[in-house]
Amino acid sequence: MASNSSGGSSDRQRIAQQRLRVIAGHLQRPVDGDSAVLAAEYKAQGEQPGSSREEKTVPRRRQEIMKWNGWGYSDSRFFFNKKGQAEFTGKRYKLSGLIIPALKDWFESTFGASLQHKTPATPILNSSAVHPPTLNETFVEELKSTGIPFSHDAEDRVFRAHGHCLHEIFALREGKFGRVPDMVIWPNCHNDVVKVVELASKHNVCLIPYGGGTSVSSALECPPEETRSIVSLDTSQMNHILWIDEKNLTAHVEAGIVGQDLERLLNESGYCTGHEPDSMEFSSLGGWVATRASGMKKNIYGNIEDLVVHIKMVTPRGVIEKSCQGPRMSTGPDIHHFIMGSEGTLGVVTEVTMKIRPMPEYQKYGSVVFPNFEQGVACLREVARQRCAPASIRLMDNEQFKFGHALKPQVSSIFTSFLDGLKKFYITKFKGFDPNRLCVATLLFEGDRERVLQHEKQVYDIAAKFGGLAAGEDNGQRGYMLTFVIAYLRDLGMDYYVIGESFETSVPWDRVLDICQNVKERIVRECKDKGVQFPPLSTCRVTQTYDAGACVYFYFAFNYRGLSDPVHVYEQVEHAAREEILANGGSLSHHHGVGKLRKEWMRETVSSVGLGMLKSVKDFVDPNNIFGNRNLL
Amino acid sequence: MASKAVYSHRDPMLKKRDDFEDILEERRNSSDLRYALKCYTPVVYKGISPCKADALTNMVLQSSHLHYVISQVSKETGRAVDDVQDEASAILEEMAQRLQLSTIRFFAFTLSKVFKTLFRSICVNEEGIQRLQQAIQEHPVVLLPSHRSYMDFLLMSYLLYTYDLALPVIAAGMDFMGMKFVGEMLRMSGAFFIRRSFGGDKLYWAVFSEYVKTMLKNGYAPVEFFLEGTRSRTSKSLTPKLGLLNIVMDPFFKGEVFDMSLVPVSISYERILEESLYAREMLGVPKPKESTSGLFKARKVLSQNYGSIHVYFGQPVSLRSLAEGRVNRSQFSLVPRHIPKRPSEEIQNFVNDSAYMLVRAQEENMVLKPWVLLASLLLQNHHQSQAPGQKPGMALDELTERVVWLRDLSRQYGAFLHWPDHRAPSDVVSSSLSLHPGLVKISEGRVQLALELGGDVGPKESRSADTTPEEELLSRAVIVLSCASYRNQALHVFLRPALLALAIHAAASTKKQEVFYSFSFLRNMFSNEFILVPGATVQDFEEACYLLVKTGALQITQQEVLVTERGHRTIVFLTSMLDPFLQGYQVVCRFLCEEATEELTEKQFIPSIRRFIIKHLLAGRLRYTEVLSSDLQKNALAALLRLGAVQKLKGVDQGTLKVNTVMVNSLEDTLGGKLPTQKVVVARL
Ligand SMILES: Cc1cc2nc3c(=O)[nH]c(=O)nc-3n(C[C@H](O)[C@H](O)[C@H](O)COP(=O)(O)OP(=O)(O)OC[C@H]3O[C@@H](n4cnc5c(N)ncnc54)[C@H](O)[C@@H]3O)c2cc1C
Repeated sequence: MASNSSGGSSDRQRIAQQRLRVIAGHLQRPVDGDSAVLAAEYKAQGEQPGSSREEKTVPRRRQEIMKWNGWGYSDSRFFFNKKGQAEFTGKRYKLSGLIIPALKDWFESTFGASLQHKTPATPILNSSAVHPPTLNETFVEELKSTGIPFSHDAEDRVFRAHGHCLHEIFALREGKFGRVPDMVIWPNCHNDVVKVVELASKHNVCLIPYGGGTSVSSALECPPEETRSIVSLDTSQMNHILWIDEKNLTAHVEAGIVGQDLERLLNESGYCTGHEPDSMEFSSLGGWVATRASGMKKNIYGNIEDLVVHIKMVTPRGVIEKSCQGPRMSTGPDIHHFIMGSEGTLGVVTEVTMKIRPMPEYQKYGSVVFPNFEQGVACLREVARQRCAPASIRLMDNEQFKFGHALKPQVSSIFTSFLDGLKKFYITKFKGFDPNRLCVATLLFEGDRERVLQHEKQVYDIAAKFGGLAAGEDNGQRGYMLTFVIAYLRDLGMDYYVIGESFETSVPWDRVLDICQNVKERIVRECKDKGVQFPPLSTCRVTQTYDAGACVYFYFAFNYRGLSDPVHVYEQVEHAAREEILANGGSLSHHHGVGKLRKEWMRETVSSVGLGMLKSVKDFVDPNNIFGNRNLL
Repeated sequence: MASKAVYSHRDPMLKKRDDFEDILEERRNSSDLRYALKCYTPVVYKGISPCKADALTNMVLQSSHLHYVISQVSKETGRAVDDVQDEASAILEEMAQRLQLSTIRFFAFTLSKVFKTLFRSICVNEEGIQRLQQAIQEHPVVLLPSHRSYMDFLLMSYLLYTYDLALPVIAAGMDFMGMKFVGEMLRMSGAFFIRRSFGGDKLYWAVFSEYVKTMLKNGYAPVEFFLEGTRSRTSKSLTPKLGLLNIVMDPFFKGEVFDMSLVPVSISYERILEESLYAREMLGVPKPKESTSGLFKARKVLSQNYGSIHVYFGQPVSLRSLAEGRVNRSQFSLVPRHIPKRPSEEIQNFVNDSAYMLVRAQEENMVLKPWVLLASLLLQNHHQSQAPGQKPGMALDELTERVVWLRDLSRQYGAFLHWPDHRAPSDVVSSSLSLHPGLVKISEGRVQLALELGGDVGPKESRSADTTPEEELLSRAVIVLSCASYRNQALHVFLRPALLALAIHAAASTKKQEVFYSFSFLRNMFSNEFILVPGATVQDFEEACYLLVKTGALQITQQEVLVTERGHRTIVFLTSMLDPFLQGYQVVCRFLCEEATEELTEKQFIPSIRRFIIKHLLAGRLRYTEVLSSDLQKNALAALLRLGAVQKLKGVDQGTLKVNTVMVNSLEDTLGGKLPTQKVVVARL
């Protein structure tokens, strides 16, 4: 069932359709292919109402639609065509089928890479290279009797053995498989999960919950030292909205639903959650809860902890949930906060009641160019001080600004080369701005039309005080579009000796500039020290604003030609960068979580007492370490 | 250990040093005027935010740090904020430099003239200059020259101008401000002035530290200051002062800059302009008043040959690498960075250790002239030949033989010795001696200190009617102290082996353990006197053992430390080197036990101990005139205070010294080898 609500009102349907198109605005290519269309002004187009109902994105066999050794859909990828131009395949995204003329130039000059030097991935998943499963026979026997689907097919297991950290994908491209789960189970509902957890406890089997597989903290990696049979509990088939409560504006949803399905289905009833992490196409509600995820539009809708009203989780001790849905309680420490961020170490989140909102009437992108990053940060700080941040506001540094330009598709650009384009852009609009220093903020406003316009003016007025000039909706929209394709770009880089990844932190306002500068410089330094032959791409953006600080996102990539162990070098540099973040007053993570990648810093992050508290909860809830993914602690 | 970055204990002989270029050569061959007017386009810090001196002042006054302290002071004192603000501006006004290229050009011209008259050459390691140039572009730079002369800082700016490097801003003591015109000239050549003491003055500290940090962070200019705090009157490096080092390091700790280069610079003078002034000052003999006309006008100064100057720009030390693994910068995450906080113990220790390492780095690249070795030998000889019946002085060829021996020894210890190997040793000796006519004289083929006022008569008979024995003693002491200041230039080379030699001498047995106790007692005792890195006793001991074993002076087994046959000469030389200090510290102890009345204040300490020592010297009960040095006396007192043998009273009796006679007595006996350095003593110290 998609919804128990009465979706009869034609008014609501109209809004729903409009909302769908808005989502399509940053996710998908408009049907008519007119990429110049502005997101906020999608005209009514022929939709196929109802066609999306019940249709779920994620099949049990992920391999049917998704890559086994890269990001996203199998049909969507970047490649350099015979003319050496970059192209994006498929039909799903705005960029799909388009040529991106400036990308090659940018790519070659930024990384010192060359299209002549290829590092292709292993083409097919070789099942025989996967270790045969260690099965717990009695567990399997009893499981069969429950009728819950499961598999120990090698492909199914490999798909659940990783997230999207660089080292994970790199190994897959090389056809290397470490410890993978011994079997995969697809429960269909809460009760199925209860049964599975009971059986696992009874037979001492290790369970690892699997949502959308978008983890970037090594959270899904099987601990190599685990000797028990490891079972991946794939929640993807628990993907229904169980009810919508319009009086209280809440929806009760199964935790395996992925972001795009949740929004699509709610939109059909005229609602949304507004929770849009960049991974929302694939990441799941349970995953968000388990990692304390953060969405792009948190300024209006809040982060996952603000959105959640009620959580049901199955643990080896039984089910944990609150007895009512009161909007706030003073009942001791909030037990939700043991669940959120537990990263699959305590149990399986099965059902969540979330806040929903009526879909916004109007949406508008925007962008502002600042003479330099310092001014940009000062502007964001002021916006936060006045508490007038739009749904999203992000500030990219100069390198990312250039990168954004390199990704302009052919149709929207008459420029012949990347540099020409940049020069033209700069000369025509921003005289006096140094093209090597300027930076851009992208904006997304949402709400009713009048208020959006008012809000927009307020923000642009503040920006003007910091030397910011409005740079059009197009630039803003492209910025958001990029967040969805950027993960595909990493795969392209990996075809040509370029590896990289992003990581994030949160930091008080007065530290933002220093941390950006120091971490970027540390990355450059470490690369040099570790023998990287070409200067790396080391860039950042401020992606979220808060009253007391901001979230900063770093991108880092380099050409690894000449290195014998590039992944190791990558990891050393990332490690050093994290040390630098901590030394500069940044947090261990704003939203990616700790997993196994960052757990060495947990003690200094939360203090020994803090760590002890978390341990004692684990010891009580899961004394036999059934949820044995060994994240966090 | 991070200290490795600055210096390493192991085999000092392997140290590689750059070559020197004489910059005066070009000055002698081309126009000074053109040089003073040359095109000057230094490279700057890549992260510079260019600003004028005024803008700088504004940045300081607008800083959150200063705002915070101003409102704090206003709350505490009840004064109006504006009032405190005005005071802050006034402080800044009094402090601020006003660097002007025109002034630098003026100095470039006049100093060229002066330098050419005074000095034979000014030699600079150009590789060091290149390293510095690189460093200036990468990160904010802190220049840390050694301090032996008023000349130092003008010389530094002169050199940087010569090499087209960014001109520094220099922390200078307020005492210059007494000379109005000079003060303003210096201000315009980049000096900023700091009051000598501002103890608890929060506001002053805030203005001062913010000012320095602002200049540094913005890459406005390299910041230069003297780690030793003041000019060393003795040519020994002084215990580093930590205040400014703390300030400059702060922006790194707090993540405001990525890194910072600390550049030790060693300035060695073959002859120091202030030579005899210093000796007089330490003896309490009135000296010509320092006034504007003081230094350069004196014909006497200008007519003499001051030999050469060597300036060695050391390896820039990355503060980041230095702090790696030693400082956890996240300790600054919990309090806003603009709120002043007492540095944690971790930071204090780190700053202290770094300061010592940097001073040692300065020491290591100090160029030693043959004269330094000669002075050491002549001083030792002087004291030994005081015994009745001995002919005064040393035969020239004996001196030559000895100095060649010492040359080889010092090289093995890693000294940066400039000995012209292509010339005959006797030649080197005589030309070195000729540069110091006021200190040595040669008669009948014998060399001795130029102590006698006239004729070859013994001190008693020579006394003329108008000089008292005391005056005579003091005028001899001027010569001895001057010579000692040359010997002191080489002290850092011999220090660790010499402490070991003394320890062997003093130890109750040849047991290694005993020798070590004795070594660490002496090291501890003398740590206000010499540069000894705190907490590095074991390393120092090992280094000393290593050097003495390597040069065949010692044999060290599992249990024992034995002096070899041929090692005797070395051991005697080394112990004699520290003997005056040993005696000095003993005298200070004796004075405190015998003479220190209830009312002895810190102020009276120097005059009274001076009287005490003069009395004993005149009575022939003391061997070393050198113990008259107020520097030594102060250091000894500081050591006793540190060890708790003497206490400074607070409250009504402010400044009164309270002597723990039992402890002072036992320290004196231990120094004199009368008491064994038991474990207990060492442990307590
Ligand atoms: C391209 C890209 C963009 C991203 N953008 C964002 C972003 O904008 N904001 C953000 O917050 N994160 C982002 N992430 C990180 C990632 O998407 C989030 O951590 C997300 O919440 C993970 O959800 P998932 O369903 O994919 O969980 P998975 O990756 O499958 O699992 C993550 C962890 O949660 C546990 N887990 C999963 N489901 C459950 C459950 N039902 N019950 C208990 N435990 C469970 C797993 O055991 C694992 O430890 C991004 C990642 C990528 C690759």
